[in-house]
Amino acid sequence: MNLSNHKKFEMPEVVPARSRFRNPIGKYRLNRNNDCTSCGKCVEVCPFGVHVLKRGKVYVMNHYLCIGDDCPEPCHRACPVNALSITRNPTFEVLGDYRWPADLLVSTWYEAEFGRVPPKGLEYKTGRSGGGFDKLRIVFKKARQPVPDDEDIDIGVDLNRRGDNAHRVRIEVPFYGGGMSYGSVSISTMLSRMRAAKALGTFCCTGEGGYPDELKPYDDNVITQVATGLFGVREETIQRVKIVEFKYAQGAKPGLGGHLLGDKVTPGVARMREAVVGYPLFSPFPFHSVYSVEDHKKHVDWIKSMNPKALVSVKVSTPTDVDMVAIGSYYAGAHIIHLDGSYGGTGAAPEIAKKNIAMPIEYAVPRVHQFLTKEGVRDKVTVVASGGIRSPHDFIKVIAMGADAICTGTADMVALECVRCNKCESGRGCARGIATTDAELAKLIDVEWGTRRITNMFLAWRMEIIRILKKLGIRSLKELVGRTDCLVHLDYVSKA
Amino acid sequence: MPSKYVIHTREVPDRFKALTKSGIIAWEEGCLKCAVCVKKQCVYGVYDNRGLDPQQMIDSIDNQCMNCYRCVQSCPRELIHKSSNPEFKAMGDIHWTPDIIARLWYQAQTGKIPVSGAGYPGPFTGPGFDSMWTDMSEIVRPTRDGIHGREYISTSIDIGSVPEHLMFTDSGDLACDEPGLLDIPLPIIFRLPSFGSISGETIKGWAMAARHLGILLALPSGMIKGDLEEYKSNLVPVYRAEDRITRLGDEIRMVKVIGDKSNKKLIDKVRNSYPDALVAVSIPLTKDSQEEILGLIRMGCSIFNLEGTFHGRSADDQSRFAKDDIRAIHQALVREGIRNNVTLLAGGGIAMAEHVAKALICGVDGVFIDFPILIALECRMCHRCQKGLSCPVEIEKAPPKWVSARTVNIMGAWHNQLLEIMGAMGIRECRRLRGEAGRAMFFEELDREIFGAMDKLEEGLELE
Repeated sequence: MNLSNHKKFEMPEVVPARSRFRNPIGKYRLNRNNDCTSCGKCVEVCPFGVHVLKRGKVYVMNHYLCIGDDCPEPCHRACPVNALSITRNPTFEVLGDYRWPADLLVSTWYEAEFGRVPPKGLEYKTGRSGGGFDKLRIVFKKARQPVPDDEDIDIGVDLNRRGDNAHRVRIEVPFYGGGMSYGSVSISTMLSRMRAAKALGTFCCTGEGGYPDELKPYDDNVITQVATGLFGVREETIQRVKIVEFKYAQGAKPGLGGHLLGDKVTPGVARMREAVVGYPLFSPFPFHSVYSVEDHKKHVDWIKSMNPKALVSVKVSTPTDVDMVAIGSYYAGAHIIHLDGSYGGTGAAPEIAKKNIAMPIEYAVPRVHQFLTKEGVRDKVTVVASGGIRSPHDFIKVIAMGADAICTGTADMVALECVRCNKCESGRGCARGIATTDAELAKLIDVEWGTRRITNMFLAWRMEIIRILKKLGIRSLKELVGRTDCLVHLDYVSKA
Repeated sequence: MPSKYVIHTREVPDRFKALTKSGIIAWEEGCLKCAVCVKKQCVYGVYDNRGLDPQQMIDSIDNQCMNCYRCVQSCPRELIHKSSNPEFKAMGDIHWTPDIIARLWYQAQTGKIPVSGAGYPGPFTGPGFDSMWTDMSEIVRPTRDGIHGREYISTSIDIGSVPEHLMFTDSGDLACDEPGLLDIPLPIIFRLPSFGSISGETIKGWAMAARHLGILLALPSGMIKGDLEEYKSNLVPVYRAEDRITRLGDEIRMVKVIGDKSNKKLIDKVRNSYPDALVAVSIPLTKDSQEEILGLIRMGCSIFNLEGTFHGRSADDQSRFAKDDIRAIHQALVREGIRNNVTLLAGGGIAMAEHVAKALICGVDGVFIDFPILIALECRMCHRCQKGLSCPVEIEKAPPKWVSARTVNIMGAWHNQLLEIMGAMGIRECRRLRGEAGRAMFFEELDREIFGAMDKLEEGLELE
C-alpha cells in the first residue's frame, strides 16, 4: 500500500455468496401449473438458471434471477404445453424507497452475490429521487478515443497530497468504508467490512465507538475516528493506524450529536467506550474544544504529535459555507477533507434532521472543488465525498463534479441484505442482524459470508467504473476529477 | 438563567387501530402450516403480540409488522408476500400526505420526535417548504449551544409592535406607552380547523392544551361561552364582518379580525371594544398582500395573519407557495424599515414541525396551526364529516383530557424538533430565526447554480 514500494496489487477473485435467506427477492415470479410434463425445455432455454431439473421433476429454483421481459428467449414462450406464466413479484412492488428503489436494492444484492452488475431487467444505475444524481447522466462523446486495456486503467487514489512526512497512502480502489461504530453495528458487520477493505487494498473506518481488539489484524486498513464524545479514543489507538479521522459532523444528523440508547450499552460496548453499562451515551455537538479554525488546528496538531506519520482526515457535514469549512480544514493541516452529504448516513437520526439540515452532497462537492481550485490548493488535498452514493454511476458523477474518492456506508449494508426498513433503532435492533448488538440477531451474519458479499459488490463497482472510464476514453481516474463536461442534468437539458 | 420551558409528554394510546403503511401479509394456497415463518421467526413477535393461533393462517393488515421481510424470505414454499395497505395510501391528499398524517399520529401518541435509521429515503426535493434546507454550524461558524445548552434555546416569540426606542422623563420614568407585547413560549397559535368532527369537548381539550402550553387558541367569538369561559386568557376570539361585537372580558389578550382595508369599521369597532388587547388582522396571501399590509399599517394595524390555503399555497394562485409570498412580504417590510413594528403570523397548510421553522426563516414571527391538532386526535383526513357522514374515529366523542394530552404531545415533539433545527444552526432564539434566509438553502437557487451549466447536449451523444 506504500507508494514507495508500490507492487502490483492483486484484486481478489469473486466467490459467489448467495442470500442468507431461502428466498431471495427478485422482480419476477414464474408460475408453473399442473400441465408441466417436466420435459426440461425451460431448464435448457433459460440462460440464468432459474429452472432446475431434480429427480426427474422441474422446479423454479431461482425466481430472483429471472429478467422478465428483457429475456431474449423467454421460457414461458418456449414451453410446449404453456405451463409457465410470468408475473411481477408483489413483494418487489413494496420494497425500497425513492433513494433506493427496489431495482437498486435487488441489483446491489445481485452484485454482492455474483461480483458483477446485473445482466438486464433491473435499473442498477440510478434511483428515483427526482433530483441530484438521479437527474444527472454521464455523457459519452460520439468520436470514441482508442479504448485502452482494462489493465491500463488506474483507479487507485493517493491520499496524501500534501507531500509531508505522513504516510504515503494509496488506496487501490477509489472508495473506503465510512464510519459505523461498534454499538451501532454488530461486530460481524464491522469485521466483514474490515476484511473486505483489506482484500480490496483500501480502508474502513471504525466510527466513534472505540477500536475493538478483534480489528487488530487489520490495523493497516483501519481508520480510527475521533469524534466529539471521544469514546474509545486512546493514545494507543491513534498510534496504531495510518489514518485518523476527525468527525465534526455527519450527514445522518448534521448539527446534532450522537445518542446511543442505554439498551445498546452492553458490557462489551461499555468497556470499549469506557462508560457504564445500561446508561445512554451522548456525543455532543459540536466539539466543545473547537470554536474556530485555530482551535481545529490544535486538534490536528494533537494527533500529529501522537502519531506523526498519521494522515488526518476531517469529516464534516455540508452547511451553506462548506467551502469555507474545507479551506479552513486544509490550512489546519488536514490531508483529507471528507464531505458527508445530508441525505446519507446509516445511524438512527431524527427525521427532521435527515431531511432538512445541510445540503445534499451533489451541491457540496462542486462548490468545494471549485473553491479549493480558486484558492490554488486543490491539488494539495484529497476530497472524499459520501452521503447517498449508491452505485458506480453515482460514483462517476461525484468524481466528475470534483471529488477524488468516496466513502460508502449504506451500500455496504445493502450488500449484507439490508432492506431499508429504517428500523435500525427499534426493539432489539436490526431484524436482519446488520445493525444490532443483540447477541442472537448478530449471529445472522457470518463474517466469511459478509466479507464476500461486500467484496463482491465492490468488485462489481470496480469493473463498472473501469468500463465507464474506458468508454469515456479516460485512463486514470484523476483525469475525471472536476470534469463536469462529462455530465448533463436532465432538467436543464430539456429546457435548453 | 431564565427558567426552562419544558413540555412534559407521556404515552397517550390511540382509541382506534391506526392505519399503517405496511400492510398485508398474504399467504398463497399450499401452506404447509409449518409455522417457521411469522410465527416462530418474527423478531417483532407480531403473531404472539396479536394473540393469534400459530396454526391459523390468515392474511392480515398488520399494524405491528416492521417490514423486515424475514418471513417472506424464509417461507419454505415461497408463499408469503407483502403488499402495501391501500387504505393507508388513499389517506389525505398531495399536501397532507399519508406519511405526514402517520408521523403526526406517532407524535401525538408518544410525544417523541420521529427517529429512523439508514439515511433519508424521500425525494430529492419537493413543493413548497420541501424545496429548502436549513443550515448548520460547523468549525468556521460554530454554535455556542452544545447539547447541554439546548434546554436554554428559547422558542418564545413576541406578538405586537416593538417600538423603535423608548423615551424617558428626566426622573427616569417611562415617557411613552409601554409596548403592548404578548410573549408566548412557542411560535405557534392553535385555531379551529375548517372541518372535522369537532364537539364542545374537543374544543375544551384544545383550550386545556393551549393553557397548559402557555399559548393561544383562536376560535369564532360566538363559541366562547360556558365551559370555555375559564380558559379566556388563552383564547383569541375571531370576529367577522357579520358578527356582533360584544366584549368578552378583561382576560382576553388578543383578538383576531377577518378583514381587509375595506373593513376599517370592523377593525375600529373591535379596537374600541378591546382597548387593552392586541388586534390581529387576517388577510389572504395574494400578490397584492404587500400593498394591503402597508395600507393596514397606515391604519395603525400591526399584527397580521397571512392566510394561505389549506395546502400551503397562495390564496389567489395555486401555483405559488405561501413560503415565497411570505419571503416577499418580509423583505418588503424590511426595505420599508418597519419590519420590527409588525408581527407576521402565517396560517394554512402548516403540517410539520419543520414547516414552523421554515416559515420563520422565510420571515414570519409565528404560525397558526389547525389540522395537526385534529390529526393528533387520529383524524384520517377522509372528509367524511364534510359530507355529513360519521367520523370513523369518533373524534367528537373523545374526552377533553385525552384531546389535551394528545395535543400537548404533538407540541412536545414539535418543540424538540425546533430545538434540533435551531441547535444545529447555532441559534438560541426563535426571534432570531425570523427572516434568517441566509441560513437556509433554496432548491431553485442552489440547483441552478450547481447544475445550470450542465445543459450541453449535442445531437447523437450517448447518455448513461
